[in-house]
Amino acid sequence: MRRWLPFEWIAAIRFLLEGRMQSLFIVAGVTIGVGVIVFMSAMLESMTANMMRRILNSQPHISMVPPDEVARPLREGEASLVLGTVQRRTQRTRSIDQWQAVRRDLERNPEVTHVAPVVTGSVLASRGVASRSVSAIGIEPERYFTIIDLPGNIVAGQPRLSAEDVVMGADLAKELGVEVGDKVRFTAANGTMMTLTVSGLFDLGNRFTNLRNVYVALRTGQALLGLIGGSTAIEVTVADVYAAEDVAQVLQATTGVGADSWIKTNAQFFNVMNIQSISNTTIRLLVGLSVAFGIASVLIVSVVQRSKEIGILRAMGASRGQILRVFLVQGGVLGLIGSLFGSSLGLVAIWAFHAIARNPDGSEFFPLIIDWWLPVSAALMATATGVVAAVTPALRAARLDPVVAIRG
Amino acid sequence: MAEPVLLLEQVRKSYAIGTPVETEVLHGLDLRIEQGEFVALIGPSGSGKSTLLNLVGLLDRPTSGRLVLHGEDATSLDDDGITRLRGRAIGFVFQYHHLISAFTAVENVAMPILVDRGFPNEEMFARAGTLLDQFRLSRWRDQPVGQLSGGQQQRVAIARALAMNPALVLADEPTGNLDTKSADIAFDLMREINETRRTTFLVVTHDPRLARRCDRIVELVDGRFTADRTNVAVREEAV
Repeated sequence: MRRWLPFEWIAAIRFLLEGRMQSLFIVAGVTIGVGVIVFMSAMLESMTANMMRRILNSQPHISMVPPDEVARPLREGEASLVLGTVQRRTQRTRSIDQWQAVRRDLERNPEVTHVAPVVTGSVLASRGVASRSVSAIGIEPERYFTIIDLPGNIVAGQPRLSAEDVVMGADLAKELGVEVGDKVRFTAANGTMMTLTVSGLFDLGNRFTNLRNVYVALRTGQALLGLIGGSTAIEVTVADVYAAEDVAQVLQATTGVGADSWIKTNAQFFNVMNIQSISNTTIRLLVGLSVAFGIASVLIVSVVQRSKEIGILRAMGASRGQILRVFLVQGGVLGLIGSLFGSSLGLVAIWAFHAIARNPDGSEFFPLIIDWWLPVSAALMATATGVVAAVTPALRAARLDPVVAIRG
Repeated sequence: MAEPVLLLEQVRKSYAIGTPVETEVLHGLDLRIEQGEFVALIGPSGSGKSTLLNLVGLLDRPTSGRLVLHGEDATSLDDDGITRLRGRAIGFVFQYHHLISAFTAVENVAMPILVDRGFPNEEMFARAGTLLDQFRLSRWRDQPVGQLSGGQQQRVAIARALAMNPALVLADEPTGNLDTKSADIAFDLMREINETRRTTFLVVTHDPRLARRCDRIVELVDGRFTADRTNVAVREEAV
């Protein structure tokens, strides 16, 4: 008998040890339940984090863009005019009005961490007979690289952007048949033509981005797209990526410039994430309930089996509170032990899954990201579930009339 | 005059109170038991012995009347007070031993002290060990109680009833489940404790042979005391 344990803990542990088969089965049940929760949560977290990483690797949290141009009918005098049809205006590539002032406003917002002006437009990249329509993005490297980690994703050459350099995706380079040091000709819709040298190739983990984006210096981009001194967008990062949409709305209201958050532009991804989150929560709830019912049923049986012993404990002076705690502790201990095994099982399962399940080329499905708070929270939740599940049997035990209990 | 260990004044017990089937099973009982007495409570089945024992053992409350145990008026105590008084002033021995199978012999004997103190300590195990020595059970001290014979188990139960050094030990047919030899051993032990420690015993028994070995016999019939005689008087009657 451990000297530092109170009576309730001693009795609870002895009762669990005496009914070891019952205890073993319910611990196994809790283990499987917690294991499933940990496995599912770890996998979902890893996949979500991986998807977010892929999205935010090539995309700012918020893009400030010029507002859409709208058709405004001209009126002469006060005469009323009825228009049968108003055609939507074509949206030309244009600069944000007073973009430097807008940038300063953005930098003053406490939620905003980095700001980088860019100039973007469609151009034709060609080399020999091969040509591809691409998006030329003119950037200030020192600012832009704080938003998109291009240097960290360079697979060949350097992220160097002098006036005659271009950094392009590895997939585009393959299609155009170019390597670092080769020259590529870029032709804008306005007829401007430039020949630039490939200084580096990147892989942002997204084939579309690797095929579509080419990076040039801001001034080169402005010259190519015919927007001297202009900026077609200001890219922004914020402290809390999940608050990007709220921040975007505030920025749009304060600057008068359009603001598209990554949440808005990836609404479908967020829908999928929400559905996954709801289904994960539902499964957790159901597994938690089954664990709770399992613990409760075992303890109810235990109360019935031990009613005479409970009666005799009451006769020898044990209070209702002491009896109540004996059974609450049993519930908590079953939950805690089951959750420790369950968390281990879940983590081993996710590691095994990550090691075995691979893409056809041998690469990992997703990078394994394990939040160590997950097994801790699972253990706390399972222990709390065990205690809550034990309330009914514990109350039943505490309310036993010792006379009736002893008589059986 | 010394304070009695147990004093009953006009104690009544009714069931189904306020209903058409209200039944009074104990009708205004008066009883006084002094310290060191060894009292047998006898009577036919259904006479109210168990009900009386439950009241005296503070497992149930009288409908009316006064019950004073060890100088404390139990009828004026709340549930917590009753539980505390029960644990400290009363030891129970039942027909069946009712030991807790998850614990060893010495742990069972120490259990009332553990329940009272909350945490285990050396002193309570030393006391339990002494009682087991006295009951010639030291060999089985650390055995799970399930491995002991019926007689040994009942002796452990008697030792447990004495662990808190109670003012009164209530024994309900303590030898009813034992063979004659084990019954004699168990009864002898209770008498020995009574004589050496002056612990008061109230023993419910159907066995006239055991009743005659008590100092005093109280007879309960249909919820009323019909006789209260000393052992000497009983023996003289028998002669």
